[in-house]
Parts: sequence; C-alpha cells; structure tokens
Amino acid sequence: MEPLSAVGNGEGQLNIIAWAGYAEDGSNDKTIDWVTPFEKETGCQVNVKLGNTSDEMVQLMRTGQYDGVSASGDATLRLIYAGDVAPVNTDLVPNYATISDFLKDKSWNSVDGQMYGIPHGWGANLLMYNLEVVRDAPNSWGAVFDGADKYKGKVTAYDSPIYIADAALYLSKTKPELGIKDPYSLTSEQLNAATDLLKAQRENVSEYWSDYTKEVQAFESGTSVIGTTWQVIANTIGSANKVQVNTVLPKEGSTGWSDTWMVSSKAAHPNCMYKWMNWITSPEVNAQVAEYFGEAPAQTKACEHTTEKDFCDIFHATDSDYAAQIHYWTTPQTQCVDGSGDNCTAYDEWVDKWQQIKG
Amino acid sequence: MSVRRRIGLAFLLVPPLAWLVVAYLGSLAVLLVSAFWSTNSFTGAVVHRFTTDNIVRVFSDAVFRITTVRTISVALLVTVICIVLAVPLALYMAKVASPRLRLLLVIAVTTPLWASYLVKAYAWRMLLSPEGPLSWASGYTPGYGLTATVITLTYLWLPYMIIPVFAAFDRVPDSLIDASSDLGASDFSTLRMVVAPLVFPGIAAGSIFTFSLSLGDYIAVTIVGGKTQLLGNVIYGQLVTANNQPLAAALSIIPLAAIILYLLAMRRTGALENV
Repeated sequence: MEPLSAVGNGEGQLNIIAWAGYAEDGSNDKTIDWVTPFEKETGCQVNVKLGNTSDEMVQLMRTGQYDGVSASGDATLRLIYAGDVAPVNTDLVPNYATISDFLKDKSWNSVDGQMYGIPHGWGANLLMYNLEVVRDAPNSWGAVFDGADKYKGKVTAYDSPIYIADAALYLSKTKPELGIKDPYSLTSEQLNAATDLLKAQRENVSEYWSDYTKEVQAFESGTSVIGTTWQVIANTIGSANKVQVNTVLPKEGSTGWSDTWMVSSKAAHPNCMYKWMNWITSPEVNAQVAEYFGEAPAQTKACEHTTEKDFCDIFHATDSDYAAQIHYWTTPQTQCVDGSGDNCTAYDEWVDKWQQIKG
Repeated sequence: MSVRRRIGLAFLLVPPLAWLVVAYLGSLAVLLVSAFWSTNSFTGAVVHRFTTDNIVRVFSDAVFRITTVRTISVALLVTVICIVLAVPLALYMAKVASPRLRLLLVIAVTTPLWASYLVKAYAWRMLLSPEGPLSWASGYTPGYGLTATVITLTYLWLPYMIIPVFAAFDRVPDSLIDASSDLGASDFSTLRMVVAPLVFPGIAAGSIFTFSLSLGDYIAVTIVGGKTQLLGNVIYGQLVTANNQPLAAALSIIPLAAIILYLLAMRRTGALENV
C-alpha cells in the first residue's frame, strides 16, 4: 500500500480512536480544548471514540470505520501486519521534522524504514495511592505485589494482559534468579512466575480497571486506595478534589507507552487525518496534550509552550537515555521482542494467563 | 385462496420471516461456523481453516469450567430469589389488594423498567460502595463481588418475574378458591393443590426471563462485581482483548446450550403449553 502523496482539502469529518485525554474538546474541562480550534481551522468535524485498552483499539480499527488511532506500541505492530493501517508520508506532516529523533523509525512504529505514523508522546505507568490511607509514601511496586495484603481488598490493577509485564518487571528486580531481562520477552517459566505473583495479588484486589473513569470513581469512593495508574487519572481525581492522591514512579522502573497516531488503510477522511496528525504534533497543541495527560511530548518544540516551565525536564522529554529506560508496551511474540531467542511466550498465551488470573 | 389474499399474506409474513431467518438464525449460524476457525496468533486476524481446537478447549480448560459453573449458579440463584420475592407479592396484588392498591403496585413494579439499565446498575454501585448509603445507614455492605452481582441482577430482572406470575394469579377464578374452601380445604391446601398448578406456567415463564437474562449479563458484574468475572466477561475478553473471535464463538455455545436445556426442561414440565 502506498502512502498518501498530497494532502488535499479536508473531507469535513474525522473519526478517530483515542486514549482518554488525547482529544479533548472542552467537555471534560472547559479550558482544555484543542479539538474545537482544529475544527474551526480545518472544517473537519472530529468524532472521538475513546479506547480503553490497546486490544479494544485494535478491535475497533479492524472495523474499518475509523480514520485513525493513537496507538500504543502493543497495538501498532498488530495493526501494521494485519493491514489495518497505512504507511504515512511524513513529508506531508511538517511538524514531523522537529519530533524527537529517538522516536523516529522505531521498531514499534515503522517497518523497513517506512514510518507508519506520527509519534505523539510517551510516558510511564505510575503507582497511585490515597494519601489518607497509604501513609508510608511507597516507592516500590512491592506495595501492590508482595506487600499488597497491607491494603487487602483495596488494591487495583489494570485490566489487560499487558499488565503481566508489570509483574514481570517487578520480578526482574526482586527475583533475579528467574533471569527476566525484558518484561515482554518471557519464557513459559517466567510467565508462570509472573502469573503466580498476579494470582497472589488478586487476593488483595478490590477491582480491576480498564475504563479510566472506573478507576477515578473507585479512588473517590474509597473502593481502591493503591494501584497502577496514568497521570491523567490522578489529575482528574485531583481536579474533583474529593480525595487526595499522589503518584510516584517506583524505584524498579516502570512499564510505559509510546504512542503513535496512525492512519487507517480504509480511512474515509485521510486528508482530515493528516491535518489532525500535524495539528496534534504542533508545538502548542502537543504541549497542551502532554501537560493534560501527563506525558512527555514527542514534539521537541512543545517544551517552549508548556505552562509549567520545567515540564519537559520533569518528564525528561528530550532525554533519550531516560526514554530508553522505560519498558514500553509492546506485543509479546514467540520471537522474543528483545532479540534474545525464539522461545518466548506470545500474546495469546498472555491472554489465557490473564483469564486464569482473574479466575 | 385468492391470488390477492396470497399476496396480502406474503406481504404480512415475509418481513418477520426474513428477519427470523436472515438476522436471527443467520447470525447464529455464522457464530456456530466461526467457532471452527482459528486465528493468527500475532495479528489476531481470523484464519478460515477448519479446526475443533476451540471446542475442545472450551470443554477442557479449567477456567472456562469454573466460570460456567459460577455463571449458571448466579443465574439459578437470581431466578430462585426472584420467585421467592415475586410469588407472595403477585398473590397479594392479584387476590388481596384493593383495585386501587393493585394499580399502584403494578405501577411500582413496572416503573423501574423505564429507567436505563446502566443507571440502575450504577445506582447499586453507589449504594453498595464502602462509604455508600447502605454502609452509612446499617454499618454493613457486602462490597463489590458475587453477592452484589446477585442483588443487582435480582433487582434488574424482578419485574420480569412479577408480571407473568401476577397475570397467572389474576387468571385463577375466585370461584375455584371458594369451591376448594367450601369442600373443607385449608387455605394452604387450596394454595398448594388448586392455585399452585395453575400459576406454575407463569412462574416458569418468568424464570425463563430471569434465567436467560442473568446468564447473558456481563455489564452488571463489571459495575458491581469487583474482580469477579462471568461467562459473558470471558467471551468479551476473548473477543475484544484477545481478538480471538473463534474461541469467543465457541464459548458462546455454552450459554446457548444452557438456555436450550432450560427451555427443554421447562417444556417437559408442561409449563410452556399455555403461556
């Protein structure tokens, strides 16, 4: 399939699948709105469908009813190889030029040097806790694994097989004898160890979340007091001000995401989609999104436009060494994704394990 | 039959029959057929190659077995609780209450049906939350889990039990009850030997609603079920999370079979003959 050769006039409509917080039109917070200015400028009416998990996004994209998606690394390759997304002509997206070099031509967003999207931003999954209940300022994922019984029945976890990687990452630091090097490249034995850890965690779990509003509500109602989160969720809870929460990047490091806007191979409105990709990665808008969502912007020039001056420093936005330390979501494959061999467990095995964990 | 009448009949019957065959039976057939396909384990795309692996897995995997037992138990429990709650209420409504009170009760029973399913489920989520009204008023809440799921489902489906049972009681002629007591039967004997056989079809009809609705439900459990999963969640997980449509289709055969078995069991009791 050939990428688009020129961007024409907008088609008047744009249907996108996005993570919560990526396409705000002011309906959640009147001051948070970068969709309306886009609609005014391009005439493309934006219809946003929120995706709660990467799996859901893949499923939605497969319907062919959407023009594009903000895909994380555990969805991108599945979309590319299934032919659901089209290669992207980066020359047609002027803002692509100043995007961080360490996000270009990566294994999760390109094939053979052909980009399949425009990088949007990246960040780490964080540990969030209720300040009133959790008073010892945890800085280890142990608080939701080995030490989780302290908050029995109040722990929450992300409801997706990819969360197994969080357990694997924790085991790689606490049980070196297992030999886990990359949380997405697990042998059967390592996968079983992570599964056992998560089964033990389940005893202490109140509920799993995949819908981010569910986690917001669970923390606000006291159903959950500690667990994995995204910064945007902590911000939402913070703005309602019903409970006080804190987020921390634990000492074991973290799993995270690196998101890419991709164009559907069946896009009915490709011109609007290209305009959107350029809009969302423009310095001002990319800064807005990054600050609202709580992630590092992909656009290097965004750092000049953040309201918080040292925002990019806090999120290490242009620090390629730091970026390399986050274990980005990626789809586990038999051919180990870290290149260590071909005896790794594939994603469908992770799905089966996840269902076993949930019982 | 005249030609005109034939044409008229065809006009009348073709749309519903087409709907039944194409949309209803057709989609069921697609479901059954796709249970025998497989997927590309990486992209999740469906591969049209015949295999019985999915069916074998559905019956051999412990997770699916446990979830099936849990789901059917929930459906049966919800049905039993609905019957226990509905029978006395329906009896009172049909035979004891004044016409005015009866009307009020019928309205009270059916009004919740006007509210959205989600609103009702979320209302229970609020009610049962650790710091919610129930725990505030009584100091106790079952919290989110199986108990909360059964309570919520019972609440959601209770009207579907009350209405047919009420209708069945309503149809029992008062003269039969009078005759029974004239012949010396106690109230309890009259209920047991005269009324019960007559309202049983109504209870059976209601139970088909409550059983099948509970069996297929997977939304209430995600709202109030805490970390519990039912068969619907496993099917949803295989379809959306795992992108494994064939396995999801194979799993869907379980509730389908359960409903068919339940209907056959009800038919054996003769309950379906005069619903």
